[in-house]
Amino acid sequence: MTFTLIAILSFAALALIFGALLGFASIKFKVESDPLVDQIDNILPQTQCGQCGYPGCRPYAEAIANGDEINKCPPGGEATIKELADLMGVEAKPLDAAHGTEDVKKVAYIREAECIGCTKCIQACPVDAIIGAAKQMHTVIIDECTGCDLCVEPCPVDCIDMVPLAESSQNWKWDFNTVTVGDIPIRQL
Amino acid sequence: MFADFDQIMERLATKQLWDFAGGVHPDGHKGLSNQHQIADAGLPDYLYIPIKQHIGVDAELIVNVGDRVKSGQPLTESHNPFAVPVHASSSGEVIAIDEHIAAHPSGIKEATITIKVDGLDTQYNFDPVNNYNTRDKAEIVEAICKAGISGMGGAGFPTHLKSNNVKPIEFLIINGVECEPYITADDRLMREHAWQIRQGIDVLNYLLKPRQVLIAIEDNKPEAFETMSIACQQQDNYQVISIPTKYPAGGEKQLIQMLTSREVPSDGLPVDVGCLMYNVGTCYAVADAIIEGKPLTKRVVTLTGKALEKPQNFWVKIGTPVEHLLQLSGYNPDKQEYPRIIMGGPMMGFTLSSVKVPVIKTTNCLLAPEKNELAIVEDERACIRCSACADACPISLLPQQLYWYSTSKDYEVAQQYNLFDCIECGACAFVCPSEIPLVHYYRIAKAEIRQQKVEKEKSEKAKQRFEARKARLLKEKKEREEKHRLAAEARKRAMQSDDSGAKDKIAAALARAKAKKAGQATTEAPKESSGAPQAQSQQDKVAAAIARAKAKKAAQQSDNAASEKEQNTETQKTEDNPSQDDKKAKVAAAIARAKAKKAAQQSEDANEPKQENDQQASEESKPASEISEQDKKAKIAAAIARAKAKKAANKKANDE
Amino acid sequence: MSKLTVASSPHYHNQRDTGAVMRMVIFACIPGIAMQTWFFGYGVLIQVFLCVLTAVVSEAIILEIRKKNTVRAVKDYSAVLAGLLLAISIPPLSPWWISVIGASFAIIVVKQFYGGLGYNMFNPAMTAYIMLLISFPVQMTSWLPPISLTEQQFSLWDAIHTVFTGFTAEGYSVGQLRVGVDGVTMATPLDHMKTQLTQGYTVDEALTNDIYSGNSGIGWAPIAIAFLLGGLALIKLRVINWHIPFSMIAGALITAFIFYLVDPSTFASPWFHFINGSLVFGAFFIATDPVSSSTTNNGRLIFGFAIGVWIIIIRTWGNYPDAVAFSVVLMNMAVPLIDYYTKPRTYGHKLKAKSMSEK
Repeated sequence: MTFTLIAILSFAALALIFGALLGFASIKFKVESDPLVDQIDNILPQTQCGQCGYPGCRPYAEAIANGDEINKCPPGGEATIKELADLMGVEAKPLDAAHGTEDVKKVAYIREAECIGCTKCIQACPVDAIIGAAKQMHTVIIDECTGCDLCVEPCPVDCIDMVPLAESSQNWKWDFNTVTVGDIPIRQL
Repeated sequence: MFADFDQIMERLATKQLWDFAGGVHPDGHKGLSNQHQIADAGLPDYLYIPIKQHIGVDAELIVNVGDRVKSGQPLTESHNPFAVPVHASSSGEVIAIDEHIAAHPSGIKEATITIKVDGLDTQYNFDPVNNYNTRDKAEIVEAICKAGISGMGGAGFPTHLKSNNVKPIEFLIINGVECEPYITADDRLMREHAWQIRQGIDVLNYLLKPRQVLIAIEDNKPEAFETMSIACQQQDNYQVISIPTKYPAGGEKQLIQMLTSREVPSDGLPVDVGCLMYNVGTCYAVADAIIEGKPLTKRVVTLTGKALEKPQNFWVKIGTPVEHLLQLSGYNPDKQEYPRIIMGGPMMGFTLSSVKVPVIKTTNCLLAPEKNELAIVEDERACIRCSACADACPISLLPQQLYWYSTSKDYEVAQQYNLFDCIECGACAFVCPSEIPLVHYYRIAKAEIRQQKVEKEKSEKAKQRFEARKARLLKEKKEREEKHRLAAEARKRAMQSDDSGAKDKIAAALARAKAKKAGQATTEAPKESSGAPQAQSQQDKVAAAIARAKAKKAAQQSDNAASEKEQNTETQKTEDNPSQDDKKAKVAAAIARAKAKKAAQQSEDANEPKQENDQQASEESKPASEISEQDKKAKIAAAIARAKAKKAANKKANDE
Repeated sequence: MSKLTVASSPHYHNQRDTGAVMRMVIFACIPGIAMQTWFFGYGVLIQVFLCVLTAVVSEAIILEIRKKNTVRAVKDYSAVLAGLLLAISIPPLSPWWISVIGASFAIIVVKQFYGGLGYNMFNPAMTAYIMLLISFPVQMTSWLPPISLTEQQFSLWDAIHTVFTGFTAEGYSVGQLRVGVDGVTMATPLDHMKTQLTQGYTVDEALTNDIYSGNSGIGWAPIAIAFLLGGLALIKLRVINWHIPFSMIAGALITAFIFYLVDPSTFASPWFHFINGSLVFGAFFIATDPVSSSTTNNGRLIFGFAIGVWIIIIRTWGNYPDAVAFSVVLMNMAVPLIDYYTKPRTYGHKLKAKSMSEK
C-alpha cells in the first residue's frame, strides 16, 4: 500500500516538475512571430482587386486565418497558393476558377482622348494610382497600378483598357518560344 | 585567409599560379580565325545604334530625326553616373529613332538610332586630353565617360565608374585571357596593337595607382604574350603572365583567384580584395579616348565558324548589322541545314533571331557553325546525378541540385544553394552526359526570382497605398460627419434663437425663386423663337436618352435572361427560352446601339450648317460655341449609351 | 530559305553522353569478366547474357508502358550495365530463373518504380542481389570452386545445360560439382574462412585448405586485379572519381588492419580482405554508381569509407560471407544526409556553411 502511494506521489511530483519546466520554457523561449493574419497578408499580392470576394487583401487574409479556402486569389496564382499552403500547413490546390483565372500581368490604360473627366475611376482605384480632377483628363500611374480591373467597370465611356505589361530584355524569362525568328536573307557577293 | 601582396609577388616571380575549382577544356578552334590580320569591315548602308549598350541606364538623346551626324559625334549625353553615351560610328543622316531588334537572346526590340550612312565618313572634331599625367583624375574619368567606353569583354560595365575608384588597389589586372573557344579578337588585337594597349594601361595605371599591374594571357596565345611582353618591358611594375588554358579562366572571379588566390566576396566587388580588372580591348579604347580623343565607335569582332568561307577578325563600326559582316565573310545560309548565328562564343554567346541585329560595344564574336560542328542538342535525358557538373563548376556550386530545385520551382532552396552566384559560364552544361541545358534552367529561375522580388516590392507599395487611402477616406468621412454635425447644431441654434429671422429668410427665398422664374421666361422666349437648332439639340438629347433607356432595358433584359437561363438550366435544363430571350436582348441592344449612333450622327449633322435648311437662323442667333457645347453633351450622352450597350452585350456574352 | 535556329547557351557540348559513360564502364568490366570466365567457366558468360537480356527487355517493356522514348532510353546502356553488374555478382552456374528474377527485379522494381534512370535511391544490381540472396540462399551461395580444383571437367554445353536444367549434360548437379577431390564440398574463400573461424580454427589453419594459394583463394586474386585495372582505367578516363574507390578500400583495409592488430589469429589480414570476395569490384563498379551514391567529393569520401567499414564488420560478424551489397545499399540510404552536410563552400562565401534552415 505504501509502495503504491509512494509511486503515485513520486509520479505526481515528477509530473508537476516537468509541467512547471515546460510551462517555464514556453514563456521563456517564446518565439515572437507576426500574427497569422499579417503573415498571410504579406503573401497576398496586394492588388486589392476583390476577386476573392472580399473587399481587399487584408479582409481575405483574415478570412483565410478563419479557415477560408486559400485558392481564391487569381492575381497571385499558383505561386501564392503554394506559399499559403506552406504557411497554413495545408495541401496546395488549383486556383478556384469561380474567382477568375491567372492571367498575364496587366495595367490600366486610359484612352485619354475619350476620357470625360468624371473621376469615377479615381474613386474606384484602391491604391490611388489614377490622377486627374473633375472635367480634366485622367491618367494612370503605371508603376503604382496593380492591374486590379476595378476602374474598368465604373467608367461611363468605357475608355479604360487593361494592357499587358510589355516584356523587355530586362525581364525576359528565357522562353525561346516567344522569340520571333527571322529568315536570313543574305545576298551572296 | 588569402595570400597578401608579398606572398603573391613571390609566387608570381616563380611563375607559379593558384588554380580555381573545376573548369573544362573544350577544343579551342582558335586557328580558324587567328591566322589573318584584322581587316576593315567597311561601311554598311545603315547603322543601327542602340541607345543602351551597357549595364546601367539610358543616356539622354541629343539628336533628332533628320540631323546630319559626323563620325564620332555623340548621339546621347550622360547626366547620370550609370549612363554611357553612344556615338555615331560613321557620318550620315539620322533617319529614325525607334525600336530595333536588339543584340539580346530574346530578340526584343529596343530604342535604337538608325543612321543612313553617306559613305564619306566625315570625322567629328576630337578633343584629346593632352599630357594626361598632369591632369586631374576627374578630368580623365570624364573623358572616358564621354568616349562612351564600357567593358568590352562581355558584361559591359561602364568603365568610368570602375575607374572612379577611391579604394586602394594592389593589383590592376589586364584580362587578355580570352578563354572562350573560337574567339580571337583580343588575341589579334594584342598581336597587332600591343603598343596602344600598353598606352591604355598607362592611363589606367595613372588613374588607379596600383602596386602592380598584371597582364594575363592564356598560354595558347604565345604570339600575343610575346608582343605584350615587349610592349610592357619598360614598365617596372608591369608583369605579363602566361596562364594555363582552362575555361573559364577569363572570368573575372576565376582570373583573380588564379593570380592572387583571393576570392571576390559573393556580395562584394573585386576592389574589395584589392583588384580591378580591365579587358585589353577596353584598354585600347581608353588609349583612343585619352590620347586621340576618339570615342568608342569601332571594335574588333571575330567572324568564325566552319559555315563561313573566310573566317577572320574585322574592325567593325558599332551598329553594323550582322548581315553585312556575314556577307563579307562569305556565309551561305542555303548550304546550312540549321543556320545558326551565335553572338559571342559557343559557351556563353547567344543565338540571334535576326541578321539585322547590330554589333554593339560588347560584341566580340560572331560564330556561324555548321550543323555538326556544334551539335544541336536533342531532348535532354534524365539527370543521373553523376555530378560531372559539380566537378566542372568553377565556383563549387552543386549544379545538379540547382537544376533539381530550379525546375521544380523551389526557388527558395535554389537560392540557399547559391543560385545567384552562378556566373552562367556553361561548364556544367558542357560536360553533362544527359545533355541537360542546365544554365538555361538557372536563367529561367533567376528571371523568375527577380520578377517575384519586383512583385513583392510592388505589392508592399500597393499595400501601403491602399492603407493610406483607407485612412484618408476614413478621415474624410469623419470630417464630413463632423461638418454635418456642426452645421446641424448651428441650424438648430439659429432656429431656436431667432424665429422671425427664419421667416424672413423663407420669404426672401421665395422672392428669389420668383425673380428667377421671371428671368428665365424672358431669356427663354427669344431662344424658342430662334428655334430649330435648339429643338434639334433637344431632339438629340431625347434620342440619346431614349437610347440610354433602351440600352438599360436591354441590359436588364439580358440580365433577366441570364438569370432565367440559370434557373432554366438548374431546373429544366431546357435551353430554348433563354436563347430566345438572349436573342431579344441582343436585338434590343443592337437597336439601342443603332439609335445611339443615329443620335450621334444627327448631332454631328447639326454641326454642319450647310446641309441643313434651317441652319442659318441658328447661325445668326446662336454663338457657335453654344452649339458645340450642346453637341458635346449629345456626344457624351451618345458615348454613354454606346458604352452601356456594349456593356450589355458584353455581359450577355459573359453570361453565355 | 530557312529560319535561324535559336537555343540557349552553351552551344558547345563535349561528346560524352550518358550512353558513352555507361559503355566505358561496361568495357572496363571486360578484363574482370574474362578472368572470371577463365577461372569459373562459361557459366559467367551465360549469366551475363541472361541478365543483360532480361534487364534490357524489362526496361523496354516498362518504358513502353510509361510511354517514354524507349529506343533513346535503352540506348543509354544503363540497363545493360545493371544487368552486367548483377551477372558478375551471382554464382556462374545458378539456375536461369535466378538471373531472370534478379535482373527484372533490378530494373522494374528498384529502378523504374522509383521513376527510372536518375531517380532510384538504391543501387539496382545490389538490391536485386540482396533480394536473391535472402530469397534463394542456397542457389546464391553455390559458387563453384575454380575449374582447376573441380573433380568434373565441364564444357560450354555443360554450363548451358546446368544453368537451364540444374544438371550437367552428364547428369551431375551443382552440388556434386562443388565437391572437391577429397569429397568435401568446397566454398568460396570468404565463406570457408568464416566457417573455419566460427569453428575455432585460426586464420593460418584455415589458409591451409586447397582453395587457397598463399593468402588468397585460387582465382579470386587475378579477378580482383583485373577489376582493379579496369577501375583504374575508368579513373584515368575521368568516368568515375577516385574518391569512392579509394576511400572504400581504405575504409576496409584500415578496419581490417585494426582487428588484425588486435588478434591476427582470429581476424583475417587486410590483404586477405582486399584480394578475396568482391571488395575491389564493388569499390570501382558498384559503389560508384552515380545515381545512388553521394554527389559531393567530401560526401563521396565519407560514403566510400563507411561502406568499407561496413564490409569488414559484416564479413566478420554477419551471417553472410560477403558484404559489399549490404554495405552499399545501407549507405545508399544515408546519401541524402551525407550530401546535405557536405555541400562544398561556394566561391566567395564564408567557410562556415550557412545553416540550411528548412522553411
